[in-house]
Amino acid sequence: MQGMDRRIRVLIAKPGLDGHDRGAKVVARALRDAGMEVIYTGLRQTPEMIVSAAIQEDVDAIGLSILSGAHMHYFREVKRLLDEAGASDILLFGGGIIPDEDVPKLKELGVAAVFGPGTSTQDIVDFLKQRVPERWRAQGFA
Amino acid sequence: MRKKHDWLRETYQKSLEKMPERPVAHRTLSDIAPEPLYTPEDIGVLDPEYEEKRGYPGEYPYTRGVYGSMYRSKLWTMRMFAGFGTAEQTNERFKKLLKAGQTGLSVAFDLPTLMGYDSDHPLSKGEVGKCGVAVSSLADMEILFEGINLEEVTTSMTINSPANAIWAMYLAVAKKKGYDWKKLGGTIQNDILKEYIAQKEFIFPPEPSVKLVIDTFEWGPKNVPKWNFISVSGYHIREAGSTAVQELAWTLADGFAYVEAAIQRGLDVDEFAPRISFFFDVHNDFFEEIAKFRAARRIWAKEMRHRYGAKNPQSWMLRTHAQTAGVSLTAQQPLNNIARVAIQALAAVLGGTNSLHTDAYDEALALPTEESATIALRTQQIIAYETGVTHTIDPLAGSYYVEWLTDEMERQAMAIIEEIRRMGGVVRAIEEGYFLRELAEASYRYQQEVERKERIIVGVNAFTDEIPLKVPIQLVDPEVERVQAERLARVRRERDPKRVEEALAGLRRAAVEGQNTMPHFVECALAYCTLGEMMDVLREVYGTYQEPAYV
Repeated sequence: MQGMDRRIRVLIAKPGLDGHDRGAKVVARALRDAGMEVIYTGLRQTPEMIVSAAIQEDVDAIGLSILSGAHMHYFREVKRLLDEAGASDILLFGGGIIPDEDVPKLKELGVAAVFGPGTSTQDIVDFLKQRVPERWRAQGFA
Repeated sequence: MRKKHDWLRETYQKSLEKMPERPVAHRTLSDIAPEPLYTPEDIGVLDPEYEEKRGYPGEYPYTRGVYGSMYRSKLWTMRMFAGFGTAEQTNERFKKLLKAGQTGLSVAFDLPTLMGYDSDHPLSKGEVGKCGVAVSSLADMEILFEGINLEEVTTSMTINSPANAIWAMYLAVAKKKGYDWKKLGGTIQNDILKEYIAQKEFIFPPEPSVKLVIDTFEWGPKNVPKWNFISVSGYHIREAGSTAVQELAWTLADGFAYVEAAIQRGLDVDEFAPRISFFFDVHNDFFEEIAKFRAARRIWAKEMRHRYGAKNPQSWMLRTHAQTAGVSLTAQQPLNNIARVAIQALAAVLGGTNSLHTDAYDEALALPTEESATIALRTQQIIAYETGVTHTIDPLAGSYYVEWLTDEMERQAMAIIEEIRRMGGVVRAIEEGYFLRELAEASYRYQQEVERKERIIVGVNAFTDEIPLKVPIQLVDPEVERVQAERLARVRRERDPKRVEEALAGLRRAAVEGQNTMPHFVECALAYCTLGEMMDVLREVYGTYQEPAYV
């Protein structure tokens, strides 16, 4: 039962040089309003910074927001560093301007979900509320 | 009371002497011939505030347009923003756009360029050529404008923190090709304040950044007199989630902040103000957008004349570019965006814009394809040539709603401008996180309204399709990074190292001593210093800026 009370912890990150942060901030706030603990990294984070913040903050999930077209590079890097750090179980998801063609490639890398423009923030909340407790159960918490 | 026939005889005639009416039928499809302008006289009503609030086109306070004959003589400039991959690829796209009837160029740079990094810098990895063209040195700029007559086209460059360096590279291309700087027309965005507010492509702290901007105010009019050395931009503020009123108020507040900084340097307002230009977003709320353009012109004119003491009417004129709202485009049912763009573009035209970019329908998915960009340009041409909205100037003037909304937006915007002044100005408001807080509130409120379906977005929260429609998209060749790295290596190998060293030392000296940096940027460009080298010099002198992470 203890898992039911546990709050979901999420890192929302803006990798790279892209400064478009409206979506990231709206999502961060919506997740917070849904009762999650949200850490927003701010702009211009390298994959190393993101992964180290995720581990330090012991988050359940990382959401990357990328609108610059550099999504393949950043998801790949973050995933690689998570694996290297033995933190492959952190749920990786993201959003931004990401062509449909790239979504299967991202999923293949291990990205759990990609939320494009027009996504309801409720969909992201639902996704995390479903997937994160699965992760806890796998870890033997709940 | 000034009468319409006086305006026709004086301002309109004078305007025609400079630029005659376009040789197309200014007649409706029923062969009715509208006059260039309609006023309360034409429908026999009294409007005691007409002269003070609305006035005549080409006359203070310019509510009805900055030029006497507006689109009767000259359509707005159809200026499509383009850039991706290498300089060669973008050069090819430019030539095609010019051939398709586009009348001005507009360069989109990639993120490393916007942030002042060379293509081979570690932080550039994965970003080179992605959302614009990569320009790391004069060598790239030369290729970008290969085969294009710089005295014939006007070029707009969306560049901010490294604006001085990129402009210097463009001027260096012109110089090497023998074009006369006095004949060059174009715009650099060079609006750093809105970067701290919204777009976030800043490098240095606000104060030295504004100093670099004012260097162009001082140097530009003397050396490249037809160039707009700034485009004070509301576009990015709006795209970051502001309301139309906030966009209007903050943009004008930014404009006034530059005017104050330039006056403080001892510059004559009437020397630099005529070359200040603007750039607004144009979103879906049709009448609000039209009112925004009209209110913007009126506020600028009043404040420039009365608060800043400008005497040259050109200093009072708010000339503006507009772009349809990227943020309004949906990834769902993307072809619907063609309709959105057409309506937004029409609002910009009815608002009296001087230049316009129309977004392509696929921009919520990726960079535009050649086909989608062409449809966007054709949309403007349909408005210009088929709809008849260009027959008469400011055709919505006198609409109770449009006039009331124009007044109301002016009132609300002025209240915000006064609030910012009370805070101690734009830079102080940035430092206090005012804009970040306001934007976060406005964009979250809007998102919630959409999710509660108080605001309906077709194809997104209503009228959705089961099966998504696929459209072809533009992909950027990953080879760009390698091509750029090779070209940079060649530039560094072949240039004169002594000249490079001296040019960079000159730039450093100017920055340290507070001299005007522009002549040094030009020398650096001619010496093939890279963008990263120039910006590194300034990073050392000025330091870099980090914004607080606020949600």
